[in-house]
Amino acid sequence: MSEWLTVLSVLFWAAGGFFFIAGTVGLLRFPDLYCRLHAVTKADTLGLGCVVAGLALRADSPREVLVMLLIWLLIMGSGATACQLLAHYQQEVSGRTGNDPATHTAESNDA
Amino acid sequence: MLDMNLLFDGTLCLLLTILAIAAIHARDLYSAVIMFISFGLLLALTWARLGAPDLALAEAAIGAGLTGVLLFGALARCNPQPAIRLSRPRMIGAALLAFVVMATLLQAALPTLDMRSALPALTHYHLPASGVDHPVTAVLLNYRVWDTLLELVVLLLALLGVRQLRPAGEAFPTAWPVLLAWARLLAPLGIVIGGYLLWRGSHAPGGAFQAGALLAACIVVLRLAGMIGPMNWAGFPTRLLVCGGVIAFLGVAVVTGGWGDGWLVFPASMADHLILGLEIIATLTIAASLSLLVIGEHREMDG
Repeated sequence: MSEWLTVLSVLFWAAGGFFFIAGTVGLLRFPDLYCRLHAVTKADTLGLGCVVAGLALRADSPREVLVMLLIWLLIMGSGATACQLLAHYQQEVSGRTGNDPATHTAESNDA
Repeated sequence: MLDMNLLFDGTLCLLLTILAIAAIHARDLYSAVIMFISFGLLLALTWARLGAPDLALAEAAIGAGLTGVLLFGALARCNPQPAIRLSRPRMIGAALLAFVVMATLLQAALPTLDMRSALPALTHYHLPASGVDHPVTAVLLNYRVWDTLLELVVLLLALLGVRQLRPAGEAFPTAWPVLLAWARLLAPLGIVIGGYLLWRGSHAPGGAFQAGALLAACIVVLRLAGMIGPMNWAGFPTRLLVCGGVIAFLGVAVVTGGWGDGWLVFPASMADHLILGLEIIATLTIAASLSLLVIGEHREMDG
């Protein structure tokens, strides 16, 4: 039983690591701000969720699980809020200037 | 086989060095500030790895968090300018100065490496009489309470200095609903955790500075969301909050000096209540001072 839990936790960690790396690659390579925000928040929520799930399987007490769950919820909330605020700001700035500079970084990146 | 811990610590050291160099040589000030904040967060992680959670908490809250906000605030007030390249003689001078400082610090730090210092044993020996169970708190608020008093004075002087310079007040834009909702959720949680950190300080990592920084962060969030008004500097309560820490510490110093065993020497029977009282007052002072430093407006700073 405990071996299965160990294997499962390692699987969760691997998934978490994958999402973090994918999110970071997305942050670096995606063309505009909205796509980047999408990538990085996905990594935060899903990647950290997987890591927390993997750690929870090895936790000694329910209290530890609860604390980790709370941390995950907080980070998810702050990540989602920061993402919304950044996107909102971008929208206001682009609305003010008439064009959307965020969507034009793709060309400059490829150049 | 490579030791996993060694791998982690090596990566940490490498990242710290890279971030420090990047913060100095960044293209513009904005990137430099971001590098500095990342550096602070990794430094907090380093302290945690070294077994100093007190320092890690303080570094994350004050070093990375509030200092970062302060730097961003300063950046918003000054005109955008590229980082200035130093001339070669000045760079060599700075390098020499840094080398001398590092040599001095190493000279002071190296003797502690062989763990033969008498201080840890002394700290633990006097712990039962100090009124708290956590050695770090015992050092900060009993053996070396003088240092904490001076820290509070430094904070007060910093706030007064900022007040004298009077930065042009920035009107906060109307907060978006998302920020409002998140502030409504975050602030009560922050206050609860701040209180917990303060209470925990007597027997585990935590204490006045960490709790104060967290409370200050709550005030800043609420203020940015427009849910609380500006602190009225002319009002008595704000001034009492800002000066309260120094007044309380000085009061205790005078009372213990005049009627007790000496300046800031706590009687063992009252030490625990005294320390708790001082910590609560210091937390409120730190929270008020830090939040005024970060979000102090023209109106509130002008009085």
